[in-house]
Amino acid sequence: MEQLIDLIYGIPVFGLVAQTIGYLVSVLPDISPIVLRSAVPIALAALCGVLCERSGVVNIGIEGTMLVAAFVAWAAGVFLVPVLGGGGPGAIFGITPVLVVALLLAILAGLLVATLHAWLSISVRADQIIAGTIINIAAFGITGYLYSLISSGSPAGAGAFTQFRPPKELIELPLVGWIFDMFLSQGPIGMSLLVLVIVFQVFLFRSRWGLRTRSVGEHPRAAETVGINVVRLRYRNVIVAGAIAALGGAFLSLEVTGSFTQGMTAGRGFIGLAAMIIGRWSPVGAFGAALLFASSAAVGQSIGIAPPPGELGVFVAKLPGQFFDALPYIATIVVLAGLIGKSIPPAADGQPYERESAT
Amino acid sequence: MTEEVGAPALEMRGITKRYPGVIANDHIDLGVRPGEIHALLGENGAGKTTLMNVLYGLARPDEGEIRLDGEVVALEGPADAIARGISMVHQHFMLVPVLTVAENIVLGSETMKGRYFLDRAEAHRRIIELGQRFGFDIDPEARVGSLSVGWQQRVEILKALYRDARILVLDEPTAVLTPQETEEIFAVLRGLAKAGHSIVFISHKLYEVLEIADRITVIRRGKVVGQRLPSQTTEEDLAELMVGREVSLVVDRGISKPGEPVLKVVGLKARDDRGREAVRGVDLEIRAGEILGIAGVAGNGQDELVEALIGLRRPTDGQVTLEGHDITGHSIRSVYGAGVAFVPADRHRFGMVLAFSLPDNLVLTSYHREPYAHGILRDDAAIRRTAEERIKAFDIRTPTADVRASTLSGGNQQKVIVAREFARDLRLLVLDQPTRGLDVGSIEFIHKQAIAKRDAGTAILLVSAELDEVLELSDRIAVMYRGVIVGTFDGRTADKREIGLLMAVGAREPANGATEGSVA
Amino acid sequence: MRTLQRTWYVIALPVISIALSVMLGSVVIILSEWLVSGELKPGLALDAYSALLQGSVGSFNAIVSTLVNTAPLLLGGLSVGLAFKAGLFNIGAQGQFLMGALGAVIVGVIFREDSPLIAIPAALAAGMLMGAIYGFIPGFLKATSGAHEVVTTIMLNFIAVAVLAGMVSSVLKVPTSPQPITLDVGNAALPILFGRNGHLGIIYALLMAVAYGWLVFRTTLGFEIRTTGANPDAARYAGMSPRRIVVLTMSAAGMLAGLAGATQLLGVSHIMTASYGTTVGFDAIAVALLGRTNPVGIVLAAVIFGGMRAGAPAMQIQAGVPADLVGVIQATILFFLVAGPVVQRVFRLRNAAAAIEETGTFTRTYGSETVSR
Repeated sequence: MEQLIDLIYGIPVFGLVAQTIGYLVSVLPDISPIVLRSAVPIALAALCGVLCERSGVVNIGIEGTMLVAAFVAWAAGVFLVPVLGGGGPGAIFGITPVLVVALLLAILAGLLVATLHAWLSISVRADQIIAGTIINIAAFGITGYLYSLISSGSPAGAGAFTQFRPPKELIELPLVGWIFDMFLSQGPIGMSLLVLVIVFQVFLFRSRWGLRTRSVGEHPRAAETVGINVVRLRYRNVIVAGAIAALGGAFLSLEVTGSFTQGMTAGRGFIGLAAMIIGRWSPVGAFGAALLFASSAAVGQSIGIAPPPGELGVFVAKLPGQFFDALPYIATIVVLAGLIGKSIPPAADGQPYERESAT
Repeated sequence: MTEEVGAPALEMRGITKRYPGVIANDHIDLGVRPGEIHALLGENGAGKTTLMNVLYGLARPDEGEIRLDGEVVALEGPADAIARGISMVHQHFMLVPVLTVAENIVLGSETMKGRYFLDRAEAHRRIIELGQRFGFDIDPEARVGSLSVGWQQRVEILKALYRDARILVLDEPTAVLTPQETEEIFAVLRGLAKAGHSIVFISHKLYEVLEIADRITVIRRGKVVGQRLPSQTTEEDLAELMVGREVSLVVDRGISKPGEPVLKVVGLKARDDRGREAVRGVDLEIRAGEILGIAGVAGNGQDELVEALIGLRRPTDGQVTLEGHDITGHSIRSVYGAGVAFVPADRHRFGMVLAFSLPDNLVLTSYHREPYAHGILRDDAAIRRTAEERIKAFDIRTPTADVRASTLSGGNQQKVIVAREFARDLRLLVLDQPTRGLDVGSIEFIHKQAIAKRDAGTAILLVSAELDEVLELSDRIAVMYRGVIVGTFDGRTADKREIGLLMAVGAREPANGATEGSVA
Repeated sequence: MRTLQRTWYVIALPVISIALSVMLGSVVIILSEWLVSGELKPGLALDAYSALLQGSVGSFNAIVSTLVNTAPLLLGGLSVGLAFKAGLFNIGAQGQFLMGALGAVIVGVIFREDSPLIAIPAALAAGMLMGAIYGFIPGFLKATSGAHEVVTTIMLNFIAVAVLAGMVSSVLKVPTSPQPITLDVGNAALPILFGRNGHLGIIYALLMAVAYGWLVFRTTLGFEIRTTGANPDAARYAGMSPRRIVVLTMSAAGMLAGLAGATQLLGVSHIMTASYGTTVGFDAIAVALLGRTNPVGIVLAAVIFGGMRAGAPAMQIQAGVPADLVGVIQATILFFLVAGPVVQRVFRLRNAAAAIEETGTFTRTYGSETVSR
């Protein structure tokens, strides 16, 4: 067996591909929690996108919504720690009162930003891509300005949630152990992701809300003629979606780092949109696509920690480190260009809805 | 006028609705009794749809009141109307193509299992039962987008019945149906009326109104201009009421003098956007100075055929020759250059740029040629001169040439396209739904222009979902069904029923008693 | 009188947006100072704005500095504006700018000891070419696969940052330097025409604005671009090729942004570090929208934002208000522009045709199969 593998690895070019696959298979169980952790913000962004676009509103401003939420979560910590005190970390997830309040404020911020986008897209009927872009620019400018103001004293934030430590026996189960590791070795937001994905998948396709949401995104006029309030439903969905994006932003500053840096979302909101398209506007599909993108980032990290052996290792060592930084972005473009034709968006996606007919 | 028998189920009194610059409804009165089929007759733009939007809560009247069973009601929206037993079948179907029949029917009045979830099994049971009561079997799991228009119409009616509608409003329900489908729908409507439903039937087709209605109210320019009983009126009388002047119901098309063949199509095949073969081997020939009309239910490959001829779609097989020159698969620009013009069906999507001024729209297909351009430079003065000329010649009503095309009425927009395309020296003219949604005056104008063009020796291909238009204008008629030509007729002697049957089933005899392309 | 009135209709919304944003900005200054230091200083806003004004037009050097800051914004604004005309949203001006700068530095370093007559055109051409290629990629992807340019250009922006950093810290790095940094472009540096650093790139930017107006309004190609932007289906019906236009326009937009990067590098920075960055890409969107994609409007908008950028350091030093405030003001200007219908209602403005109305199609082809066959 080993000899066979060595033989295959020895073939020029193809061997390198085989070695890559072999390496991926061997590291996957170890990096699976990292993959999920990289996927969380992307998947939450994608989920936000699914919710908006299924209702017919294009939301390019997810990136900005996440950035604002990440900032608010951190800034809330900065202001609240002196007031509420650090408090002893809780037994599970290292919860402190400040962290909880910071998370809630981040969600509130997400709701507000989403309300702004909803207002511009639905009531003002502005071009939705421009509206979203403005939210991104504004988020970058305002968080940058406030961060400059606050960070001059290099204050401490509220810290971060810690990861759950599942029982060793569970993780070390043969074959399936790494799956438990993947989904359970997470903080509170990371762990809630799977629940959110499943809940939205079921509700979108089985519930009355889901049916109405889909109809509003496909043919709002038809929905209105059967008595559905298109404007209200779109508002509600876009705003709720903002809370989901905010979770993704708060994840970055409250669960990954415990601090804020300018532009820390680094395009995850946009990668989320690509995941949504590739996942065909379904929550589960988008989650799968997010995992795909996250793997490309996680592999880059793991190569730094545990470089692959043999010829592949030599090859990889020659690549500049920046190549791995760019990998998720390259993967996004390649997959998007390859798959998009087969993925059909909701028919009324991005079209403002005007109620009263003119004739 | 006869005395009213029985109290009206629905009464609209003094309904007035103003939009900026127009009074769409001007003190309209309308009463409908239980079990009555009441026709609302008027031409496009007369205010019929506005009136029904008022009734359905989609538009709020500026004046007037609506009474149901004698009680004044205020309708805040469709939900209100539905709750009071009013349902509407819109001219453009209000169906979501990607959803199933059942999902479309229950939408907004969902049958629930618990607080959040849909009860599909119960909904299916009720839909099948309702369908059977009115004589059709329907598959609740079928995607609406895959149904024929006739079946979509039935889904719309089921939607109304599912909500226990007492008053049913149908806006131009037969616009896209074959004569046979129309009769089937009429049978359903008569059954509903007999069961006690009140029906408002909106139309601009005189003979249909005479056939189905118990009473006819005619409106023109937002006002009620008369009420008639079918037994006491004629098509001519109704036409004059509707248009406000005497109209000739039949265009004087004169006698065509066909010359040499201009367009020859042999074995043409083309795929639609989803990659399915939509044109499956079409043979056609059109001579100079004749109009060939293509009849067919929308979606039988007419769009793809036209696009393949004109160069907007690449044919997969077959040959197209224009005056002996092979133009198969040539670019649209080179086809235009060979003396072909095309008036597209969707004027807002293809025919013009609504955000552009009239001069820019009037040179949309010739901006790159002398005298409008010298090399890569535009000649704005020349473009403007031509525009002024054509606005005058084709009587395009506009304050100045500088307005955006979007500010013109539908009839004037179509005149812009006609002015642009007819003005050239043409060998072949392709007209796709040239009068859809226009008022009688514009229709007459465009028909006359087409006949003048024919008499000048141009070969004309006319595609229309309105069988009446095809019958009125064509020297020869070809019927298209599922991507092939299933029959050709002489325009003067063609029998409407026979063509209708061909349109519906693709054969002159109904096969095995089935009367309809089944649910796909 | 009539022309005066019509001009007001067109510029009213931008002018009011700027005024409202400046007011809102002063509220932000006062509030945030109070939040951070606990002191309420109502005069701070005035101090900040006067420092800003002083730093942008208060002296000859300040004016030169404004113009130097204007040049890349103008070129970037033209890049975004041209794409808008074709119904494309070029968020990738950022990456195209960086690639243009990278191209200019590579060729500039190679020719650094040759005659400026060779070195400058070669370096500029390299920058424009790199930018054009970087614009071509999303255009081509959109035309062939339908991948929306908004997502692809943003990804390309991040990739550009990585490529630039990777090259500066490897092949372009000065071997003797401990930091990743390139050599000076030497003779490829643009000549200074006036003041401290008023370089030739300013002239190029203005020439490009003229060329933009000529192309868009006077040529048949411009008509094809505008038609594709307003209604791609009608463009196809009219015998144009929207695919070709999309690829061509994105390449041209990339070239303009690349030129912005090249002139900035050759005229101002002269060397490149691994963290070489810019906000020109995002600012350019604001410039194009504020200028309503009209060449004159873009020039004016670029001067306004250029002035803000030039005065921001003075504001930070003299009033202690972070230079990032400019970003806030810029964002609020955009906000008021997009909420235009509401602003117009509040101020009872007659509706003037906004440029984006003509090309309100970014969202239409979003995620769809391909542009048009």
